[in-house]
Amino acid sequence: MTGLDKTLWDVIVVGGGNAGLCAAIEAAETGAKVLILESAPKTYRGGNSRHTRNFRCMHDGPLSVLTGSYGEDEYFDDLIRVTKGKTDEGLARMTIRTSQDCLPWMEAHGVAFQKALSGTLSLSRTNAFFLGGGKALVNAYYNTAVDLGVRVAYDAEVTHISVEAGRFQGLDVTLAGQPTRIEGRALVLASGGFQADLDWLADAWGPAARNFLIRGTPYNRGVVLRDMLDQGADSVGDPTQCHAVAIDGRSPKFDGGIVTRLDCVPFSVVVNNQGERFYDEGEDVWPKRYAIWGRLVAAQPDQVAYCIIDSKSIENFMPSVYPPEQADTLEGLAQKLGISGSKLRDTVDAFNAACQPGTFQPTELDGLSTTGLTPPKTNWARPITEGPYYGYSLRPGVTFTYLGLKVDDRARVFGQAGVMHNIWATGEIMAGSILGEGYLAGFGMTIGTVFGRIAGQEAAAHVA
Amino acid sequence: MSLDTPPRLTATDEARRQVEICNACRYCEGYCAVFPAITRERAFADGDITQLASLCHNCRGCYYACQYTEPHEFALNLPAALAEVRVESWDRFAWPAGPARLFQTSGVALGGALVVGIALLFWAVSVLQPDSGEGFYAYLSHGLMVAIFAPAFLFPLAVIALGLRCYWAEVGGARIRWGHLQAAMIDAGRLKNLSGGAAGGCNFEKGDRYSQARRHAHQAVFWGFLLCFASTSSGTVLHYVFDLQAPYGPFSLPKLLGVPGGILLTIGAVGLAWLKTKADPALGAPSVWGGEMAFVALLGATGATGLALYAATGTGLVQPLLALHLGTVLAFFLTTPYSKMVHGFYRMAALVRDAQLKG
Repeated sequence: MTGLDKTLWDVIVVGGGNAGLCAAIEAAETGAKVLILESAPKTYRGGNSRHTRNFRCMHDGPLSVLTGSYGEDEYFDDLIRVTKGKTDEGLARMTIRTSQDCLPWMEAHGVAFQKALSGTLSLSRTNAFFLGGGKALVNAYYNTAVDLGVRVAYDAEVTHISVEAGRFQGLDVTLAGQPTRIEGRALVLASGGFQADLDWLADAWGPAARNFLIRGTPYNRGVVLRDMLDQGADSVGDPTQCHAVAIDGRSPKFDGGIVTRLDCVPFSVVVNNQGERFYDEGEDVWPKRYAIWGRLVAAQPDQVAYCIIDSKSIENFMPSVYPPEQADTLEGLAQKLGISGSKLRDTVDAFNAACQPGTFQPTELDGLSTTGLTPPKTNWARPITEGPYYGYSLRPGVTFTYLGLKVDDRARVFGQAGVMHNIWATGEIMAGSILGEGYLAGFGMTIGTVFGRIAGQEAAAHVA
Repeated sequence: MSLDTPPRLTATDEARRQVEICNACRYCEGYCAVFPAITRERAFADGDITQLASLCHNCRGCYYACQYTEPHEFALNLPAALAEVRVESWDRFAWPAGPARLFQTSGVALGGALVVGIALLFWAVSVLQPDSGEGFYAYLSHGLMVAIFAPAFLFPLAVIALGLRCYWAEVGGARIRWGHLQAAMIDAGRLKNLSGGAAGGCNFEKGDRYSQARRHAHQAVFWGFLLCFASTSSGTVLHYVFDLQAPYGPFSLPKLLGVPGGILLTIGAVGLAWLKTKADPALGAPSVWGGEMAFVALLGATGATGLALYAATGTGLVQPLLALHLGTVLAFFLTTPYSKMVHGFYRMAALVRDAQLKG
């Protein structure tokens, strides 16, 4: 019906997010005949890219909306800090260096940038924000790609890649419900991670993973990743790990995106559903701590926790997408949250008794610490005393998974017999090659853009 | 109705629901003035929503960039939500409210007003024709023209002034200083809020692609209208202050202002109407689509009939064209407080208020 199976495509791109689009555009600009297979319907196209908001970019001097400079070594140090060294230095430095050329390329291909958003000023030097966010970027790239003659098929779920003797032969795809075989001369894999496959997550993490919320697209089910691994492709990244942050527990199961974040932990007492505290809420400023709270909450009974704040702190953090639960007494709040009122009262009383006088400074480490409390709260420890009291539930929100395909600096994929001759990978499906642990804001888009462009250029050169 | 059906939100409640989600996201801060205004608040009173709605120019950039549009359960469509609030607020602020509901929603009603206006003027030029007079004063005396148009101009202005007072009270406006007016006029004159910021255009006739077409067409209408208005005003000054009576020559002030003004107004209105047929009605207030379209046509008709009248100078067509043009202008004036035309006044007020809030 679609006629896509009647053509021998030069380059087939699996996945229509940022990484795949960059590859498709690069390949199409050389004159190659390019097909994008996007598993989502058009309204949900773009994978996790539609939820992103910025691009971390090296720059020797002011560049577009970026101020000052952000050199290779500083960028690399930031990466080492979050990954604790779990990276490939050669690939990482290449990615960082190339990011500087990518920003003008992005602008030339339709992406508009804006200055750092309010509440994100800490990133104004290092990260260029997309005007309108990632979906606007995705729209711009689709328009550019279509203008270059790229064909796009939506609702196109690739089920199997045929690889023979290290060479891509064709693929099986379900197009609008119809199993179809499509042939191509080169393949770019840009189909993301597996975080939306809850069974896989549960296999890797344990049954608790079924209580996780998935912050991004429900279409990243890792079907192509698993198919490639089953065929002996080299993998990289810890298969049991995912990146999870603590988000509003009432968020949608999938696709809640940015608005589900909660920034109130540093100003709260956080308890589990037994009403007990379990970690220092004031360890560091929130942008440096939100990532560990995903794991912390995941380790609690039923993978849930509750932030308790009082009226003093209600305006110290970004507005939440859902209003907090609210009550005039702690017991009333506990009842609304579904936890024991007397237990919460005991925990808060013990916390309040351990608070010390001092000056509260919400935007910096103020050293306002508890004494004699386990675990302590080492900053912003103010007694919870002024009603009405407010509460939010927290759950782990999965952003991405680390397991992926191992690539080299030309985005080539490897198998048992060495390099695969006409298969390249970009985006989340290979990001584990560089990001072995943790996360650096805006770096996923950098990896996708850098390797997307390389993959597109390499694939086009292969078929030229 | 079953008991478990949630009550339908009012336009203001629905806009508030959406704005609160936007305030937790903030990805659209660079498009227009609405989003920075949202980030200045944590809670939104009804008056805040009215202000945000009046500030929104319906550029639609935020809709196409939004990750939460339907079928997402958050179901955001902020341009439509704010458009609905605007429409309701114009009804609420108009006196009397009945005509506002009618002319905002019904293109047919606005067309009816046009027919009545033209018929009235045809009657005037045929029955009340003066004994002597030059140019179009041969068909309608200056005194009668003033007798018709002075009230037809001043009454709508008075109604709009009352409406603006209600608006100002509702949004909690403060004392206006020159700096606020200046900032608002610069934004209005450049149509900064249709520029899309760094996107270099808004999303209207080409879906998620940016374009300057609507901004340029609106600029033509806006400046064309002001030139026409200046032309008429200059004629009034020439008449009363300098005792120079129409008809004026081609290089007179009224013609130098009026001819380019009429051309811009006509072309701009045709452009806006055409663009409107290409845009998605679901991103505005669908109930007023017809009324808006008729209003654009009426604006264009005032320009086109004025040009035709000038072109017909000295021919036998002056009499019918004079009736046609003045009838169109009459219908335009009298419906001004109740048609889409009020958007200009409330938007200006919103820009002034925004300048105050930006401090």
